[in-house]
This record gives sequence, structure tokens and C-alpha cells, in this order.
Amino acid sequence: MGAYILRRLLLMIPVAVLVSIIVFVLVHLSPGDPVLLYAGDERDPVALQQLRHEYGLDQPLPVQYVSWLGHAVQGDLGRSLRTRQPVLEAVVERVPATLELGLAALLISVSLALLVGTLSAVRRNSPLDLLATGFTVAGVSLPNFFLGLVLILVFSLGIRLFPPGGYAPLFGEPVDNLRHLVLPAITLATASLAVNMRQVRSSLLDTFTQDYIRTARAKGLTSSIVILRHALKNALIPVVTIIGLQVGAIIEGAIVTEQVYSWPGIGKLAVDSIGGRDYPVVQTIVLLSALSYMCTTLVVDVLYAWLDPRISYGGQRS
Amino acid sequence: MSWFIRRNPRILVGGVLVLFLLLVAFTAPLIAPYDPVEVDVSQALLPPSTAHWLGTDDLGRDVLSRVIWGSQISLKVGLISVSIGFIVGVSLGLAAGYLGGIFDLVAMRAIDALLAFPALILAIAITAALGPQIENAMIAIGVVAVPVYTRLTRGQVLSVREREYLVAARTVGVPPLRIVLRHIFPNITNPLVVQATLSIAFAILAEATLSFLGLGAQPPTPTWGADIFYSERWLVNLKWWMSVGPGLGIFLAVFSFNFLGDALRDALDPRLRRSA
Repeated sequence: MGAYILRRLLLMIPVAVLVSIIVFVLVHLSPGDPVLLYAGDERDPVALQQLRHEYGLDQPLPVQYVSWLGHAVQGDLGRSLRTRQPVLEAVVERVPATLELGLAALLISVSLALLVGTLSAVRRNSPLDLLATGFTVAGVSLPNFFLGLVLILVFSLGIRLFPPGGYAPLFGEPVDNLRHLVLPAITLATASLAVNMRQVRSSLLDTFTQDYIRTARAKGLTSSIVILRHALKNALIPVVTIIGLQVGAIIEGAIVTEQVYSWPGIGKLAVDSIGGRDYPVVQTIVLLSALSYMCTTLVVDVLYAWLDPRISYGGQRS
Repeated sequence: MSWFIRRNPRILVGGVLVLFLLLVAFTAPLIAPYDPVEVDVSQALLPPSTAHWLGTDDLGRDVLSRVIWGSQISLKVGLISVSIGFIVGVSLGLAAGYLGGIFDLVAMRAIDALLAFPALILAIAITAALGPQIENAMIAIGVVAVPVYTRLTRGQVLSVREREYLVAARTVGVPPLRIVLRHIFPNITNPLVVQATLSIAFAILAEATLSFLGLGAQPPTPTWGADIFYSERWLVNLKWWMSVGPGLGIFLAVFSFNFLGDALRDALDPRLRRSA
């Protein structure tokens, strides 16, 4: 297992370098002279040239890349063009809000998917199953920004149960925080709930056809024991993969939801920065989301191999 | 063909839904009751009525007409971006799978790097870099789709490349390009067709999201995502109809392609067919 993880980590290095090159090139493709963004109202050519030299923008692109990468690995990702705050600091202070939203959505998604997905598989073709199947197709087709607006319209502006947006600190005002969290978390959870529910159902249906389930039933075990102890445990292996990838994509999911609910997380920072052409911040968020996605993929692969002993580590059986 | 559809009625349902969408998009100039960009402030913010089935927005523009015209943009982006992803991705996958060696290694590492980005983040980053225009949104969504096709095609090529008919073709001296195009490609199209259908659903959703974030077509072009973003400011005044039309448009379009894609997968994947 150790050798497998090490090998995967080593393979990640060239991919991470390629990812950093893509991010760097994308930012340099962006329209507009970056010096003008740094210079604010300054338009004196000599001063602009001075700034160009100061930021190393008069160097060839490969030199600029190496210099940027060198600073980046030391945690220096530049300063925000809008606020002059160090980029890493600006991003890190938004992490808790995004994590809170992402984990709340995941909790809703996973718990409901397990419950409804299992009932749906056990009572195949029942009204509940048909309803759940319909929801799985509809859930992935509904854009979350539209769902967010509908929820705001009904639950905030209609029956005034939850606030339409904003944020309250988790540790300062926990009850208010929870009230603000409910709608964004439901919005963010819906698409992944649909995917997870479908996966739990189809995985369980697949497991029900296995010989060991027939054996367990033949031994006289009750249905609930067969499902909970034998079927669900094995059916969850592919589900773990999908849920793991959803953890890695928390920032991606949060982008639109945070915008709709003015939730002060990384997603909202990204959208505000794109609008304000704050390229260092955009660059950092894209880079961090890619790296976190890569790391989660690695963890999922390791977890998958650990959960299912039939999976080999690069040709060797575990 | 009719036997195939009779055995798979879900394909018929999905196909009819997609045809309906295409029909709406192609006949938009004929069926839209009003000019989608014509401003008439005397008709502003009217709720749904017989004159304006989905109401009007704050500039007096007919929401239904904008939804109908918006289908053109969505489907155009869906079809063009998926074509970009399909052509580039399948070509790369065919070459990587057939040639192997250093080309395969380099191509797949580049694909791994693209796959390392969450899809929407990459689409946002590319569109933000190229500039907020609908053409750039198409390129971005197309680039995001490339890795899926490359991996899928490469996997399929690897699974068929040692088949007897290909060994025979190589033995009698058929040129590699001809082998790939005439003997390999036609035998791996089923999963690609399924993937293309599902990718159109993703592309429509991605375009709507990019437009919602201000990175797609610019005003006053009618697009579903941008219209929902525009309507957001009127939600607090309970002018809900401005959002509902475009929202349902996105839902119907994405649902139709997802439904058709799922139905095609069930019908074309022999493993699923056996278990059904």
C-alpha cells in the first residue's frame, strides 16, 4: 500500500506541473495589460515601464512562469489587485464558509441518498422508487442557480422561514448561522443527491443478484440484516468513489450557490474576482481547486483499493 | 429501426423531446410572438396573461419570446462545443490508443492535467481568460469535454486493437490511418454516441451557468442563464415570472438530452441490456 501511494504521489508531480502551466498560461491569455491593472490611475509610460520591471513582466514568459512557481510553492501567490490583500490570505479566510456549506450539502446529500436509494432498491418499481427515479433525472437537470431562486422565492419571500441570503458566523451566532445555511445547503445538495441516490440504488440492485446475498437469505437471515450487513456494505464501494470526488469538487459546486445566496466563501470570491479582473485571485482559486481535486482523487483511489481487496496496486495483489 | 425503438420506448420519448427543442430553436423567428429585444416600457413587468403568456420583464420585453430565442443559443452552444470536444477528443484518443508509446504517454498526461480541474472551474477559467463572449464559452466548454472523449476512445481502441480482423488488416498492409478510420472507429461509436448526447446536456447547463455569471452572450442577446441573472434583482418584488420561463427552458433542454442519453446507454450497452 505504501509503495502504491508513493507511486501515485510521484505520478502527481508532472500532472501538477502541467496544471500550473495551464493556469499560468490562461491568466496570461487574459485581455488587457496587467501593468495597467497594477498601476491603478497611473498612465505615465516611464512609471508603467518601472512597474513592468518591478513585477518581472518584461521577462520572457518561461522566466515569469518559473519565478511565479517559485513564489507559489513558498505560499506567495501575489496580492489582490482590488484589495491589495495577499491572495493566499484572502482565499484562506474564505475557506471555512465554503467548507461549512460544502460539508452541510454533503451531509444532506449522503444521508438522504443512502436512505431513499436503499428503500428505492428494496422496493423496486414501487411508487417511492418511481418518484425517486424521477427525482434523480430531474435533480441533475435543474440548474442550481434557478433552484436557488425558486427556494428564495418560496421559503424566504413567500413564507419567510429562512433569510434570502447572507451569512452569520458559526461560532458567534450558531442558530442564525444555521438559518442562513439551510437554503444554500439544500441548493448545493440537490444535484449530488440525485447522482448519489441513483448510484446507491443501482449498486444495491447489482449486489442483490450476487451469490453471497442468496446464501445469506438461504441461511434464514432477516431482510434487514441481509441488506444492512451484507448488501449495503459491498454496494457502497462505488458510492464512496463518487462521494469522494464530490468532496474534491466542493469549490466548483459552491461558485454559483454562493453567488445566489451572497455566501462569503471561495466561490463568491472567485466570481467577484472574475468580474473585477483580479487575475491573481482567480489564478489562485483555480490552482487550489485543481490541486484539491487531485488530492481527493488520490485519497479516493487509495480508499477504494483499501475497501475492495480485489483491486490490485499496480499489478500486485494486496 | 422501428423494431429497435419499439424495444426501447424511452429512446422515442427522449428523441421526441429533443426534436421538439430543435423545432422550437429553428422556428424561433416564426413562432416567437414578439421581438425578443424590443423595449417597450409601457408594457414593463406585466404578469403572465393571454397577451404575454410568460409575462414581460422590466424593459417590457416578452419573456416567452426571449425563452424561445434563447433556445437557439443554448442548442448552438451545446452542439458546437460538443463537436469541438468530440472531434479533438476522439482524434487524440484514436491516435493515443493506436500508436501507443511516447505519443500515448504525453497525450494522456496532458489529458490527466485537464481532468485535474473540476469541469466548471476550467470552463470559467478559460472563458474569463479569453473574454466573456458566447464563442469563447463554446471553446471553453469544448475544451472541457475533450478529456472525456479522449479517455473513452482510447479505452475502446485498446479493447479492440488486437482483434483478429485488425491483425488481419495490418497483415495485408492496410495503412494505419485507414485501419483507424475504416475498421476501428465504426466499431467504437456506440459509447461515443451516448457520451455525446450526455455531453450536450452538460454543455447546455454549463453555458447557462457561464451566462448567469456574466461570461456568456452579452445583453441584449436572449440567453436563459443571463436572463435568470437579470431577473434576480426583481425577485424581491415577487416578479417571479421573469425567472421561471428561462429556468424551465434550461430544465427541459438538459432533461431531454439526459433522458435520451440514459435511454441510449441502456439500449446500446450490452451489459445493461442483459441485466434489464
